Amino acid sequence: MLRHAWLVARKDLLVEFRSRTAILSAVVFTILVLLVFNFGRDPTAVAAVDLAPSILWVTFTFAAMLALNRAFHLELENQALDGLLLAPVSRSSIYLGKLIANLAFVATVEAVGLPLFALFFNVRITPVLGPLVLVIALATIGFVAVGTLFSAMTGRTRFAELLLPVLLLPFMLPPLIWAVLATAALLAGRPLSEAGGWLRLLAAFDIVFVTLAFFLFPATVSE
Amino acid sequence: MKILKTGRWITVSGLALLAAVYVRALAFTPVERTQGMAQKIFYIHLPSAIWAEGAMIFVGVASIFFLFLKDARLDRFAEASAEVGLVFCTLVLTTGPIWGKPIWGTWWTWDARLTLTLLLFLMYVGYVLLRGAVTDPGLRARYAAVLGICGMSLVPFVHLSVYMFRTLHPQPIVIKPSAPSLPGEMLTTFLFSFVVFSILYVGFVTQRYALALLRERAEPHA
Repeated sequence: MLRHAWLVARKDLLVEFRSRTAILSAVVFTILVLLVFNFGRDPTAVAAVDLAPSILWVTFTFAAMLALNRAFHLELENQALDGLLLAPVSRSSIYLGKLIANLAFVATVEAVGLPLFALFFNVRITPVLGPLVLVIALATIGFVAVGTLFSAMTGRTRFAELLLPVLLLPFMLPPLIWAVLATAALLAGRPLSEAGGWLRLLAAFDIVFVTLAFFLFPATVSE
Repeated sequence: MKILKTGRWITVSGLALLAAVYVRALAFTPVERTQGMAQKIFYIHLPSAIWAEGAMIFVGVASIFFLFLKDARLDRFAEASAEVGLVFCTLVLTTGPIWGKPIWGTWWTWDARLTLTLLLFLMYVGYVLLRGAVTDPGLRARYAAVLGICGMSLVPFVHLSVYMFRTLHPQPIVIKPSAPSLPGEMLTTFLFSFVVFSILYVGFVTQRYALALLRERAEPHA
């Protein structure tokens, strides 16, 4: 099953790699959001470090939403999804494959976004890089897992681009709140143990929703 | 239609009893010492809050069974319960600020409980929107079931974080591990009100269920 999942993910990533339009737009979009934030605050009144966790997470939320919206859009062209469903792979492996591809996509955008964020807002992330990456990874897995499931549904509805954020944001907010709190603790130079509670909640959220989406996904693709 | 009539009767008796709840709450229940009359809204606020969350759990449970049994009745019930849950959630979000203004001095704060009730409200809205956006009935039922199960699974996380944040909201005084710390007479009024709200929930859901049934008969292919 994992092999099938990997094949699905590889196909998606290959399509992405060949064209590179989506990933490039997502990266440019991330940079633009960071820019908007820079001009959206008064630098003399609000210190960058106070606002930093929010900036980071709002940027990542938007970038993830952009990535998820295109995940199943790709499959709707020329009935590619029907072809995928006809292939002798289980529905759950298709989900895992999509999840891996989406995670790779979002991770790439975040990998570009994080150093730029540190650069633009003069935030020292190198001392806490390890724990910070852990927080980002845990939060990203959680909302990409739910988002991949939801995008499979919204892709085939009317006003798909609008419906996905409306459905997904209530589910993104709890992990986002925990991630922002953990990030704030880390950037303020507190030890990782202080953010331990939030990290455990994030991990629990990941386990519950990856499992749930794995079992629910087959119900979203029609037979 | 029998089911619609039954629903109407349950709702009407529920509404009559709601008036009785208010007579009891205003005239025969002691006034809280520090909050004064503002505390009376508690008898609407908490029962609605319990049913706002309870309805989501029923949506989730009905959705799980729907995915296994493919029974249209479960789907209709989930739809009805979600819409009624949305109404109760709206009640919580309206009565909360009315109490908050005199007691906290502000209509709204970004307190954990308030935020999470708002999340629940948005989940209900999302659920209703998703149902409206899918035209094929079979697909709609399955999509809604998936969303319903996810929604139900989010509720425990919401609760966990409520206990982890320091919050401005009054701590639970009725539903908590130890015995309720509410004075006896207030507790009686609250329990009475809770029973009435349960009757209202059943009445509303029954009527909404009948409506879904009527709609299916009117447009068999829509």
